[in-house]
Amino acid sequence: MATDAERVRAQETAAPIDLWTRLKYDRNWLGLWFMLPAAAFLLLFLTYPLGLGIWLSVTDTRIGRDGVFIGLENFEWLNQDPVFWLSVFNTFLYTIVASILKFALGLYLAVLLNNHMPWKAIIRAIVLLPFIVPTVLSAIAFWWIYDTQFSIISWTLTELGLISENINFLGEPNNARASVIAANIWRGIPFVAITLLAGLQTIPQSLYEAATIDGASRWQMFRHVTYPMLTPIIAVVMTFSVLFTFTDFQLIYAMTRGGPANATHLMATLSYQRAIMGGNLGEGAAISTAMIPFLLAAILFSWFGLQRRKWQQGESDD
Amino acid sequence: MNTNPAAEVARDDSEGMDYLVSLPRRMVTVYLPILCFLIVLLFPFYWMGLTSIKPNDELIDRSLNPWWVVDPTIAHYYHLIVNTDYPVWMWNTMLVAVTATLLSIAASVMAAYAIVRIRYAGSRWVGGMIFLAYLVPPSILFIPLALVVFQYGLFDSPMALILTYPTILIPFSTWLLMGYFKSIPYELEECALIDGASRWQILTRIVLPLSVPGIISAGIFAFTLCWNEFIYALVFISSSENKTVPVAVLSELVEGDIYHWGPLMAGALLGSVPVCIVYSFFVEHYVSSMTGAVKE
Repeated sequence: MATDAERVRAQETAAPIDLWTRLKYDRNWLGLWFMLPAAAFLLLFLTYPLGLGIWLSVTDTRIGRDGVFIGLENFEWLNQDPVFWLSVFNTFLYTIVASILKFALGLYLAVLLNNHMPWKAIIRAIVLLPFIVPTVLSAIAFWWIYDTQFSIISWTLTELGLISENINFLGEPNNARASVIAANIWRGIPFVAITLLAGLQTIPQSLYEAATIDGASRWQMFRHVTYPMLTPIIAVVMTFSVLFTFTDFQLIYAMTRGGPANATHLMATLSYQRAIMGGNLGEGAAISTAMIPFLLAAILFSWFGLQRRKWQQGESDD
Repeated sequence: MNTNPAAEVARDDSEGMDYLVSLPRRMVTVYLPILCFLIVLLFPFYWMGLTSIKPNDELIDRSLNPWWVVDPTIAHYYHLIVNTDYPVWMWNTMLVAVTATLLSIAASVMAAYAIVRIRYAGSRWVGGMIFLAYLVPPSILFIPLALVVFQYGLFDSPMALILTYPTILIPFSTWLLMGYFKSIPYELEECALIDGASRWQILTRIVLPLSVPGIISAGIFAFTLCWNEFIYALVFISSSENKTVPVAVLSELVEGDIYHWGPLMAGALLGSVPVCIVYSFFVEHYVSSMTGAVKE
């Protein structure tokens, strides 16, 4: 071990180890020096604000005025607020529907891309494009695609004779929900597909050969070889996907700003509206804090997914 | 099995058990669905590009076929570059993205090395905490961070973004680099220690040159994350000349209820170009960092 060599040398040199030597060679001190820049960033701009956010949620702070401790009043207030509960409902609807579809379509695309085909690398690069392009910029494109008057979808469907008048994509509550979910799925599929593809490529070919000899159909091979081998990575990928869908802000803000009639307000956009636009930092922070339990649940799920993966690969827990 | 050997030789991209599946079957079960996916995934880009070169009168003329452009124009791009602050927004985004990425990578390299190789007391615990930090989303941090930024006197300056973006980037790149450093043999470091090298020398002379691919991967991914970041830039920046592209396109190009779709689409497309260029040069690195972050 490298550290042993270090210790031996430290003992052999000067008999009394002065402070400077200890600061330079002691493993824990060295670790501290190396961690310092990262720790400074994370403590100042992540841990401290996280704590501050929870504190703000129990105060009545407004922009430009320090608040005082008011206990759980913000949460009681939110509990009686139908808009808050609507945003909770929307967040869950958005997360559940988008995640299920992203998973199903992403897995399908991953399995398709796992076939040998010409220009495989180029196709894979193209598939990732929606994920690379800044979300807001593609959301603006969707905004224009969903335009009430000049929507290309409405125009095409009218020409095909399927509808007689334009679809009001973002003006009617349920249409708006479906539209933003569709845009979110469009952006999320590449991430799910490419990460699952990486998982698929680690499955040994011999398993499929064995299954073929046993006379398994393609579906049976998928169900009994691919899927079980892929479960741990699916758990992790979907946790990330759920987490980022649950806390989504950009897409909604760019396309609807929570409208029409709060039908697409997610918890994140509502907290922005209350805290930054309305100036009620305390109330906005309370909405953010209300998201934490759900995030913790997702993180625990991911953690067990990782543990199971290690166990499956026979990796010791070091 | 009555496959034709000559046809087998001709299809040289087939491998493994592919010969069990005939070509027409592959067309329907593989190529056709992939084509559908590609069309859906690429359509918004086509639509952005097409709109950005359409003259205004064609945009609102419902008698023309909207799928094509009759008389393409670069007026929207010209308007964007000459009449708006677009070049300034581009510069701001570039400055913030590059600086934040460099800062984060430097901090992450040191942290990852310390966690994986110096193995100080509690390093495993710190590694776990960094993974957790990766999962803290910006949308629950922006309210308290806005206060913090204000208290530190950083409000409405690029420094606010340069210092806050690393909180998104450091956990991710540290996690990625930890995996990378683990793959470098101990023996190299042992030799260097015996030769009297300090830890700092080992990191800069031995570990860094060996982990260039990993650092590039983390850097590329961090750069695209910076370019994509929206909520911090929206909340911490108020004046037009300090805005980043995603925020500025949305707030400065939309005037009232009249949407200037041409310039908007041109702005969205131009804003995507830098990330796409970086991405196209380093696709493999990008993919490996994205999947690596999930697999580690």
